[in-house]
Amino acid sequence: MGEPGTKELISLDELEAAGNLRTGRKHILSILVENKPGVLTRVAGLFARRAFNIDTLAVGPTDDETISRITLTLDGAVHPIDQVTKQLHKLVNVLKIRDLEPDETLARELALFKLAVDGAQRTEVLQLCEIFGGRVVDVAKRSLVVELTGSDDKIEAFETLVRPFGLIEMARTGEIAIARGRSET
Amino acid sequence: MRAVDALMECLKAEGVEVVFGLPGGANLPTYDAFYDAGIRHILVRHEAGGGHAAEGYAKATGKVGVSFGTSGPGATNLITAICDAMMDSVPVVFITGQVRTELIGTDGFQEADILGMTLPIVKHSFMIQHPLEIPRTIHEAFHIARTGRPGPVLVDIPQDLSRADIPYEPVSDVHLPGYQPTTEGNQKQIRLAAKAMANARRPVIYAGGGVVNANAAQELRELALSDRFPVTCTLMGLGAFPAPHEQWLGMLGMHGTRAANYAMDEADLIVGIGVRFDDRVTGKLSEFAPRAKFIHVDVDPAEISKNVPAHIPIVGDAKNVLARLVTEYRALEADRSRLEDWWQRIAGWRAQYPLRYEDTTDNEIRPQFAVQAVFEATGGEAIVTSDVGQHQMWTAQYYDFPEPRRWINSGGLGTMGFGLPAAMGAAVGCPDRTVVCIAGDGSIQMNAQELATCSQNGIPVKVVILNNGYLGMVRQWQELFWDKRYSHVDMGSFPDFVKLAEAHGATGVRLTDKTTLVEDLKHALATEGPVVVDVRVTAEENVYPMIPAGQAARDMVG
Repeated sequence: MGEPGTKELISLDELEAAGNLRTGRKHILSILVENKPGVLTRVAGLFARRAFNIDTLAVGPTDDETISRITLTLDGAVHPIDQVTKQLHKLVNVLKIRDLEPDETLARELALFKLAVDGAQRTEVLQLCEIFGGRVVDVAKRSLVVELTGSDDKIEAFETLVRPFGLIEMARTGEIAIARGRSET
Repeated sequence: MRAVDALMECLKAEGVEVVFGLPGGANLPTYDAFYDAGIRHILVRHEAGGGHAAEGYAKATGKVGVSFGTSGPGATNLITAICDAMMDSVPVVFITGQVRTELIGTDGFQEADILGMTLPIVKHSFMIQHPLEIPRTIHEAFHIARTGRPGPVLVDIPQDLSRADIPYEPVSDVHLPGYQPTTEGNQKQIRLAAKAMANARRPVIYAGGGVVNANAAQELRELALSDRFPVTCTLMGLGAFPAPHEQWLGMLGMHGTRAANYAMDEADLIVGIGVRFDDRVTGKLSEFAPRAKFIHVDVDPAEISKNVPAHIPIVGDAKNVLARLVTEYRALEADRSRLEDWWQRIAGWRAQYPLRYEDTTDNEIRPQFAVQAVFEATGGEAIVTSDVGQHQMWTAQYYDFPEPRRWINSGGLGTMGFGLPAAMGAAVGCPDRTVVCIAGDGSIQMNAQELATCSQNGIPVKVVILNNGYLGMVRQWQELFWDKRYSHVDMGSFPDFVKLAEAHGATGVRLTDKTTLVEDLKHALATEGPVVVDVRVTAEENVYPMIPAGQAARDMVG
């Protein structure tokens, strides 16, 4: 329709609207920002101001000391992701945003689980640890602490399994992510 | 040199002609630098007045406005102006003093975290951490304020850093790797837009403040006249297309004309240029322009598809995009006769529903009549500012603006008290023009102190108060939607505006007679210096027509 260089007009019926759509899946945004005071506040404040809900947020340095990476996840069923990224782009300190494709992304999160287990149950928990690739990093008389790295699905699965043993507390970092292959995230 | 002297050099390098501000403890060093910097400074009576004056200056001239305030309350008093500038995309640089660095975070005297407080309402902001940063930061602030989608930029300077001795070298570049606004529209999209327009049977051009900001009124006119495209403008866009004109439908939206709103409702293609599909325009979003496809041109990509999904999005500066769109459109040699039916339909609405009000049979002045009288008395040649409320809507409806930057008001934030200081700023920026502030008796009181600033500095603004003794727009809503329960909207007959004017060194006049109104206004306009005209108008007049909040254009009343 309406090929460039021709005078062929465009039928309005053929036009389709784009944007503002809910994708219905989790999105991981990798945001490179200038490493300056207050930048995280600007990003977090934008989310509050626009009523976007952050699921997880992780911030840390990159290979370049003037640049930090913010990795945040949010629900594409609730938010129009393109509106979120466009608003983020308007922040002067934001250098680059990438909405990571799930299939081409390595996403990892670190979690610590403090479990109320003693002698009898310990073996069972240790078996689960082995299956999930977790490590016991602290053992006391009536508790132990497991360190686990993985995707959020894996961490949630582990949580479901160990909860019946008595989950005293849990700490999670939120996911960080990087693109697979040679290309930069 | 002292960092504050470097600051003055930077302002001069940016071509700053005037600063609106108020000194205090934390910006004493800055004001010491003003003493012999050779930059005009206008001492306002309240920082809000200074902020709005800088906005008025910016809107009237297209240049960046500058406003200064001290720390703490000086800075917080600027917040409304900052937010107003954000909502209406006004380029203003706000420079605030901050307490000494050693006091920051200690709840020191007049300490306020103005940077934190204004984060959601600035285009960008800077807190100076080292005196050497000052020159570059100032230039970056101006660059950000004026380019892309314009907006407010705040620079907060701690008092001790502003006194530091620094080597000053002019800065000619900016370093903003994360800030690269797209100004040039995509050629393929522009071509697509032209082809869709050439095929549309019921097109409407819907233009807004972005056209004014981009100085693209000429290009808009060319596009409209390259065929017989009907044009409507938002409240912020008035003047972007010359009114009156055979292709001009009037303003659209809540208090727009029926012709404009009905045309949007029945359109098959809407060409939005520098607009943001605000709720005051769309009414009920799900019933907005249900038959239309949308072309949306805006310099801010986040506006596109924010409220209404666009079929042909074009990110770019309106001037750039429109000029190329005109070329593309003309090359298509579209059949002009295809719009004949559409114009007949529009002509029907125009004939059936012109803007109208019931005039009085005695000497009583209807507010709409007063606006028409101001139009006549000024020959339609004035820069007109307004506050917010009924008088603002009547002015938008009944004063035809032939050019952009003639109509200056607070649209997005709806700030009462905007009109007088904005008029002051406009008059300073455009000294050869008559500047009239049409105000309400409620809103003028929110920044009336600036009359003293006008008198002291010989700024000859003419304030015309449409005095109905009410917070009129709220009263109208209480009448129409809250069973006439007039809760706290009666302002009585206070203050005496003639005396108020005189106390501030201005001329005060009270007008009550319709038959002599135009002549009396001409006389007031010809009076030297600032003048306040208290026009007593019908107390319970309503702004019509109206789309009740949350309803569709079809549901217009009145």
